[in-house]
Amino acid sequence: MIRFIVRRLLQMVGVVLILSLLVFLWLRSLPGGTVSAMLGERATPERRAALEKALGLDQPIWVQYWEFLKRALTGQFGSSTGVQPGTDAFQVFLTRFPATIELAFFALVIAVALGIPLGYLAARRRGSIFDNLSIVGSLIGIAVPVFFLAFLLKYWFAIKLHWLPVSGRQDPDINATRVTGFFVLDGLLTREYDASWDAIKHLILPSLALATIPFAVIFRITRASVLEVLDEDYVRTAESKGLTNKVIRGRHVLRNALLPVVTTIGLQTGGLLVGAVLTERVFSYAGLGEALAIAFERRDYAVLQVCILMAAVTFVIVNLLVDIAYAVIDPRVRTR
Amino acid sequence: MTETIENIQTRRGEDAGPLLSVRDLKVTFQRSGEQPFVAVDGVSFDVRPGQTVGLVGESGCGKSVTSLAIMGLLPERGVKIEGEVLYNGQDLLKLSRNQMRDRRGADLGMIFQDPLSSLNPVVPIGIQVTEVLERHRGLSRKAATPIAREMLEKVGIPDPNRRLTDYPHQLSGGMRQRALIAIALAAQPRVLIADEPTTALDVTIQAQILALLKELVEDTGTALIMITHDLGVVAGLVDRVNVLYAGKIVERGNRHELFAEPRHPYTWGLLNSIPRLDGTRGQKLTPIPGSVSDNLPWASACAFAPRCSQPIEVCREQQPELVEEGTRALRCFNPIDDEVRSGRTPDAQAPTSTQPRDAAYPTDDPKGDPTMEESR
Amino acid sequence: MPNPLNPNSKKDRIDSLAATAGDRHRSGDHAQPGGGVAVATVDDAGHVEESTGVSLLASAWRRLRRNPVFLLGLAITTIFVIVAIFAPWLAPHDPAKGLLITEVRQQTNPIPAARPGFPLGADNAGRDIFSRLIVGSRQTLVVGVMATLFGFLGGLTLGTLAGALGGWVDSLVMRIVDVMLSIPSLLLAFSIAAIAARPSQWTVIIAIAVVQVPVFARLLRGSMLAQRASDHVLAARALGVKRSAIVFRHMLPNAMGPVIVQATLVVATSIIDAAALSFLGLGNPDDRQPEWGQMLGAAQRFIYDYPALAIWPALCIIVVALGFTLMGESLREALDPKSRR
Repeated sequence: MIRFIVRRLLQMVGVVLILSLLVFLWLRSLPGGTVSAMLGERATPERRAALEKALGLDQPIWVQYWEFLKRALTGQFGSSTGVQPGTDAFQVFLTRFPATIELAFFALVIAVALGIPLGYLAARRRGSIFDNLSIVGSLIGIAVPVFFLAFLLKYWFAIKLHWLPVSGRQDPDINATRVTGFFVLDGLLTREYDASWDAIKHLILPSLALATIPFAVIFRITRASVLEVLDEDYVRTAESKGLTNKVIRGRHVLRNALLPVVTTIGLQTGGLLVGAVLTERVFSYAGLGEALAIAFERRDYAVLQVCILMAAVTFVIVNLLVDIAYAVIDPRVRTR
Repeated sequence: MTETIENIQTRRGEDAGPLLSVRDLKVTFQRSGEQPFVAVDGVSFDVRPGQTVGLVGESGCGKSVTSLAIMGLLPERGVKIEGEVLYNGQDLLKLSRNQMRDRRGADLGMIFQDPLSSLNPVVPIGIQVTEVLERHRGLSRKAATPIAREMLEKVGIPDPNRRLTDYPHQLSGGMRQRALIAIALAAQPRVLIADEPTTALDVTIQAQILALLKELVEDTGTALIMITHDLGVVAGLVDRVNVLYAGKIVERGNRHELFAEPRHPYTWGLLNSIPRLDGTRGQKLTPIPGSVSDNLPWASACAFAPRCSQPIEVCREQQPELVEEGTRALRCFNPIDDEVRSGRTPDAQAPTSTQPRDAAYPTDDPKGDPTMEESR
Repeated sequence: MPNPLNPNSKKDRIDSLAATAGDRHRSGDHAQPGGGVAVATVDDAGHVEESTGVSLLASAWRRLRRNPVFLLGLAITTIFVIVAIFAPWLAPHDPAKGLLITEVRQQTNPIPAARPGFPLGADNAGRDIFSRLIVGSRQTLVVGVMATLFGFLGGLTLGTLAGALGGWVDSLVMRIVDVMLSIPSLLLAFSIAAIAARPSQWTVIIAIAVVQVPVFARLLRGSMLAQRASDHVLAARALGVKRSAIVFRHMLPNAMGPVIVQATLVVATSIIDAAALSFLGLGNPDDRQPEWGQMLGAAQRFIYDYPALAIWPALCIIVVALGFTLMGESLREALDPKSRR
């Protein structure tokens, strides 16, 4: 088990290195190159030249990559030019990261809470109207552009019906104490429950929009997995033992069927991140996604490089955690 | 037909009555938009305590469907089950789903073919045994664990304490099958159905498992229904043999009678297609030509006629009835007679003797497996 | 992969799809002794008479023909393609001409309402929305098909190299492919689109296509590996057929089933992704040739006051993406030997 984790960690380091190389090459190929990336397009020629020398752009490319790596490891990506002009890009990332985690977590909870039971029911009633409707529903969920759905939700529930706030993470009137940067959690920790409630209200619409694709994926994987397990010999064995439905469904069907679902849930993080770029933009939710969206729009390369690199690293780390979680819950991996 | 079965019982005059009686079992699969398919067609047989009854035949002959029907494991949708399965005089087919659930595992146990896929991969062996005891004996897991350990020991699993917490993938194939037997016998059912229990195992392990089953049956007086395509298994273990073809019993008899004097051409063919160590060198195996797909419908013919070594005209015109005679039963218009048997026993087979047979069947299907369809 | 039991979703999904390649004799293995669960036995029993060796596509088509989901998808995509082809003749107006520009008032009435001849009104440049939707189908089709095609060609090159040559080429290509797959796909597309100094329809297409390259590469390699061990390839090799001939005549055609499935699904995601790029301002700024994603992206400025402007192109995208997805998913199911029971 420990050897397994160490091996995966080493692999992860390799992947992150290749990723950093890709980001470095990507940065170099951006219009205007690294200097524009750090100073923005409108920098004076003197500053450009100074920076070019300071960055060692006359050096060979591998030296440049090495320097880039060193800066990346110490969090020096330069100042934001478009998202929060003047602020250190890594700082922008740090303040916005918890917001996106909070949003992604809520979306994932919604997707799991709906996807697994519905997937299980659809599989149990394979071929029924319920089954077919939920399949078509999940496919529609995939076919609707996420940002359009976000617009629709915002339009109806916030603008027309005034049920929920239109945008942001928390009402500006609320003066909440910050502890962790997770607004809902902060409110619970400081017993400012109204602050938590307000943050939750701000989370509902964006997390609903963000949840559609993970929901559709989790629903479909659960359904397929349950169908496969229902066909397994050991389920028939369980039936032949005369076990109660509860035991058969829980211990024999679900415990096996959920193994691939666990992996899928972890791997939704990538999709959640991209979805966050679109939904956070629509709801002006001050997270990593919105930072990325604005950075793409205004070509804020400092923020872009830190966010993309960190997003990819997060994705890789979550994958590692999922692998470990999988090894823990699947005895075939654990006891090898 | 039922009448004749009763005749056998009275004539044999055995002490104990049958524990399980299958009467006129008929299983029809009906999928919407498709022709109904009769998988089991009027099968009747009895099993007494301590007795081992074999259901023998190729794949698709209905033997597995018979066992699933007895266990109540066939799906409700698209399946019609007729006839009776009497356990201690009570018809299991008339029980509700939940009543049947109480019987499965407690009164009727089942062992399946592939021990790896038949065990839950993510649940320790111990729990897969104790859950039966928890369910049918009302024991707590704690109370059931020593019994489970005992069970594992009884089926010959070494170091049972450790094995309780092991997962199926940590056991060898033979050990898995032993574990599966322990699970099936945990609540001491009086009827055990073994569906090809040795097919997925190595030959040496096969013998061990068969010996174990034989011992358990003899010790506990369990009635065993052995489902197999392997006549070697039959020879070693089974008391009474039912040969199935296309959903019907075509021949029945005690093991020795059937091996010494097969009457149905299908049984004869089965016996002739096994290689024998004591046979003459260079002697050819005689496979049964064709495959199940050549079958005629039973309603107006003998289903086996197209593959039969000695069909006569009536075989393609009329359905043969199962005729009881002493301890034996036969469904054939033109049984194998002594002359054929002496002329073409596997021991004294002249190469030329296969000639007329091949000539009579030019449509020898290359798909026909040299031994039996489902051997693997 | 260090852990074969871990269904590493994206990769695994691709690989399991790949495993369905050329698997044409599986339909014959029903009615095993005591095989399958009870449910399987039912289905098996009905099939005993069926002859084996029905070709993969023929048997898939036989099942698809009666599948309402597939037929619906097919109908949607067919109508879409027909409209796209005949768009210039179907559109009542020139989609690029600001016919109602005189109606547009920057402050009071930026979007002219519907009127006779303009059933859906006009956009903020006074152009007929209905005509733009019809003509837009063409560019949308081009984006979807071209992105898929380029992604496929890229994947074909890599996958064929890896799958056919094996050895270190295989390892190298698959390492790169795995790292590319580890980046969230749309994020990769955003990043690539951002490289373009002057965004255009083609930068959008390329950005979306590059994301698909690793997917197709892995898919093709997987199905080629499945093929390499198969009997007909072994037979061809035993007969001394040239390596290139084996790859192109025997392995590739049989690997096509999963590729067609994936391609159908990719057309749908490409169209949706193009909309996302436009939404972030990474799309084609030149709107003389309308495209639905671009229309939707441009409509966000007016979405709260004139939601119809966004709803029409969005509906078109949803319906067409759904059409391709329905078709792809039912194709996948039909080609998957596991679901054939």
